[in-house]
Amino acid sequence: MIEVAELVKRYGDFSAVKGISFKVERGKIWGLLGPNAAGKTTTMRILTGYLPATDGKAVVAGFDVFEQATEVKKATGYLPEVVPLYPEMTVSSYLGFVAEIKGVSSAKKKEAVGRALHAGGLESVRHRLIKNISRGYKQRVGIAQALIHDPQVLILDEPTIGLDPAQIIEIRELIKSLRGERTILLSTHILAEVTQTCDGVVIINEGKLMASGSLDELTASYGGKDGTIVKLRKGGEKAAALFRGLPGVETAVPEGGEVRIEWGRGQDCRDDIARLAVEEGLGLLEMRPAAMNIEDLYLKIVSGGVVQ
Amino acid sequence: MKNIWFIAKKELQAYFSSPIAYVVIAVFLLLVGFFFYSLIMWFNSQAMQLAQNPAYYQQININQMVFSPLLHNMSIILLLMLPLLTMRLFAEEKKIGTEELLFTSPVSINQIILGKYLASLIVLAVMLLLTGLLMIFTFAYGNPELAPLLDGYLGLFLMGAAFLAIGIFYSSLTENQIVAAILTFGTLLLFWVLNWAGSAAAGIWKDALNYVSFFQHFDDMTRGILDTSDLVYYLSFSFFGLFLTHSVIQSRRWR
Repeated sequence: MIEVAELVKRYGDFSAVKGISFKVERGKIWGLLGPNAAGKTTTMRILTGYLPATDGKAVVAGFDVFEQATEVKKATGYLPEVVPLYPEMTVSSYLGFVAEIKGVSSAKKKEAVGRALHAGGLESVRHRLIKNISRGYKQRVGIAQALIHDPQVLILDEPTIGLDPAQIIEIRELIKSLRGERTILLSTHILAEVTQTCDGVVIINEGKLMASGSLDELTASYGGKDGTIVKLRKGGEKAAALFRGLPGVETAVPEGGEVRIEWGRGQDCRDDIARLAVEEGLGLLEMRPAAMNIEDLYLKIVSGGVVQ
Repeated sequence: MKNIWFIAKKELQAYFSSPIAYVVIAVFLLLVGFFFYSLIMWFNSQAMQLAQNPAYYQQININQMVFSPLLHNMSIILLLMLPLLTMRLFAEEKKIGTEELLFTSPVSINQIILGKYLASLIVLAVMLLLTGLLMIFTFAYGNPELAPLLDGYLGLFLMGAAFLAIGIFYSSLTENQIVAAILTFGTLLLFWVLNWAGSAAAGIWKDALNYVSFFQHFDDMTRGILDTSDLVYYLSFSFFGLFLTHSVIQSRRWR
């Protein structure tokens, strides 16, 4: 549904995007992850037809972004980094205007506005001026305008930026509720966003593609190990040594009152670990997964420059 | 066509939901009303004096003595006020980031420009129509000729349309509304001054400067002369302004 091949964008001598390729399948939510100034916004602007690319190819909803720009624009909902709102308009008149310019027929306009208001949870502020509503509501209006023409593809640039934690959770739930027929690409520099909302991720840094794939695939290819962290009443080196004796366990490192235990992917040593802890009377308090998580992965990729 | 109207409707809403349109229209009417009053009073005193002498009395002409100078005054007021109508059209979209919405919608650049231009033309038309109320009095109490007056109004509208096109062009260049207004104002003033330079110059320069100046063409129209070359001048000026706007927007996106 979104296919990008060797995309390049140069501003004079500066290259913002240096040959990025990735593919997002229909009905999936993918995250475009990278530190600030990685080229996320530029990539999204190219996909939505706001900026032309210097080189490369991009296909959105089956249409070439450069050849069939109008078709792409009809099929795509876009929330830019700066939410494009007219402060002097009311929420519903703004959504009505967006419906008009996005090509919603006048017969369906009212229904489309109603649906977008509902999706964004905006019924209570529909008659208020946009300049008078809170930041969280503004962001929701931004998402509602992206949805107004019922697009197949949604491109959301940092949808949760600047919101408070409760609002972030709300927006994430909203985005998750849109999963289904729609293909969604959202950009973020917050890792938790990807693990909590996305099916897959494209990691870029300084305009270059660092990795892309579903979360499981990426964890597998970069980690290669599974593990757990156990919190013990009697932790320390002695406990770690006991765990190292278990079959399958590769490493067991004490970290304060906890022990980090890793084993090869494909097995599961947790039963043995729990049994041992109880038998030896180590005082098992807590046991949690220490899989190679997206945060380790992200830091590893961005700092180490491991290219797939 | 529909898209042009959608954009124009939104711009009209913006004009009339903020004080801008009301202030511009009100101040315009106030000034026009003042000039109208002074000219009518002057006309009255002239008519009184000349009425003594039947030979001069024949020459009293309200079209020439009131309407023509009034239309000239109105053109200068428009020069001062129309930049305020166009300054926000693109500059504001850029500043608050809404141009990203416009340019990622299935609406062409031409439709966006024409929609905004149409909205400003409608405000201009409202301004001119409201001054028509003053003219009704002259028809009620005197017997002016209608055709030259309509010709003058047509000239005023076309000249205003050219002013607006230039204003839109400058608005597309910057995200600062004040800068857009000052550049527009300066350009219009320059074209006004070219008229004076024209009267001082000689030969081909005189013709060239007179042709380029807004007001030479307008002068004919206030006297009831409808020349296609004047129409062509104003229309091509407007077209040129809009064309430049299109080039600016297009090139900025490709840079």
